[in-house]
Amino acid sequence: MDKTINITLKVWRQRGPKEAGKFETYKLNNISTDSSFLEMLDILNEQLVNEDKEPVVFDNDCREGICGMCSLYINGHPHGPDSEITTCQLHMRRFKDGDTITIEPWRSAGFPVIRDLMVDRTAYDKIIQAGGFVSVNAGGAQDANAIPIPKRDADLAMDAASCIGCGACVAACKNGSAMLFVSAKVSQLALLPQGKVEAARRAKSMLAKMDELGFGNCTNTGACEAECPKGVSITNIARLNREFIWAKLKD
Amino acid sequence: MWLKDSSIGRKLLMSISGLFLVLFLTFHLVMNFAMVFSPEKGGAYDAICGFLGANWYAVAGTLVLAVGFLVHILYAFILTLQNRKARGNNRYAVTARPKGVEWASQNMLVLGIIVVLGLGLHGYQFWAKMQLPELAHQFGMCIDENVLSNAAYGSYHIAQVFTNPIFVVLYLVWFAAIWFHLTHGFWSAIQTIGWTNLVWLKRWKTISNIYTTLVCLGFAFMAIWFYFTLQ
Repeated sequence: MDKTINITLKVWRQRGPKEAGKFETYKLNNISTDSSFLEMLDILNEQLVNEDKEPVVFDNDCREGICGMCSLYINGHPHGPDSEITTCQLHMRRFKDGDTITIEPWRSAGFPVIRDLMVDRTAYDKIIQAGGFVSVNAGGAQDANAIPIPKRDADLAMDAASCIGCGACVAACKNGSAMLFVSAKVSQLALLPQGKVEAARRAKSMLAKMDELGFGNCTNTGACEAECPKGVSITNIARLNREFIWAKLKD
Repeated sequence: MWLKDSSIGRKLLMSISGLFLVLFLTFHLVMNFAMVFSPEKGGAYDAICGFLGANWYAVAGTLVLAVGFLVHILYAFILTLQNRKARGNNRYAVTARPKGVEWASQNMLVLGIIVVLGLGLHGYQFWAKMQLPELAHQFGMCIDENVLSNAAYGSYHIAQVFTNPIFVVLYLVWFAAIWFHLTHGFWSAIQTIGWTNLVWLKRWKTISNIYTTLVCLGFAFMAIWFYFTLQ
């Protein structure tokens, strides 16, 4: 038979972006340790609906760690106490019987709360729109093998591209800085020949957009890297710094 | 101007001014060792103090140094205020320091304030009794004969301060704060300039730990050495 645990949840409830929020406490009994964290929240919501109460709003989509939608700040860690996983990959076996689990939304000026645990992350889309792409003239794509790329560069670009844009870096950063995200999105293109052409313009416009949207200044604490579900390295931030400083010095 | 209008530019100001202060600290340490080898009045250490004094190059150096300090301290407060604002209106109820994140890196402002307080004391005990009276005298102000005659003798002022155990302890606390501040600050400055990659990030962290430890041990050793030898 499954092992089950009884837990207490402290969940942040907030009706809207402008309203003040507060913590509500819920008790959940007989939660299977095999259930995922989000399934546990589904059980909570079912219980709330049955009691004619408002269910807790939280973001989720693919539930296999690739879409970047889930976003909970659990017991002081974005995506919970495990490392290099998203919230949807977190399981209740990570918790003990009688535990109190505190669940908060990402807290950052750049990510305003929409409701309860759901935050508005369109700021990331705006940063991408500012330059996180390669301009291509329409026409037949050329053969990939025609452009040799060193293995090292390909690997580094791929590692940067593993960023799913979930926002855990901003949530973990004491400065609310989005540098890890921006640097990953700059690096995944700047390392490849197709992206190098627009590298300077991209670094400048994406960083300007990040600053404009109210994210903070990076102070190299490294909390973003430690909490990133994809283990994106802060050496990408060094690359962004290089790209940006060079671009500005050339101007 | 991008240096003050962009987040990387502001960080670069912190980084360059910080590295400049690290360089200054190194010179200061090397200079102080003269006092260990030659503590007598008119010895090697006093020769250095006399050479610097209130000569134009020493005054110019002091001014550049003051600008470095001012930029670093001013931007520390500006960045901290901006970053607190970026954090939003609600604080987290539960926070945990993730593995691999140094305590110092999240408390740089507090450590910096301790360093500035120490700097105030240090400036009052030495600069205000050495370069300042000489400068004031050059500008024709009336300075006490006693003060002026001792102004060029660093050895006298060191003996005044470091024979008092309270000041020795205060200076040791100061060095400890500088150690914490620099173990993060050094490699962080290099990272901000962009001179790191997967290999060099680890190397710079190790280099800054070793370098900072050597510098702070050097200063701490001297504070204790002076206490026991200059009684």
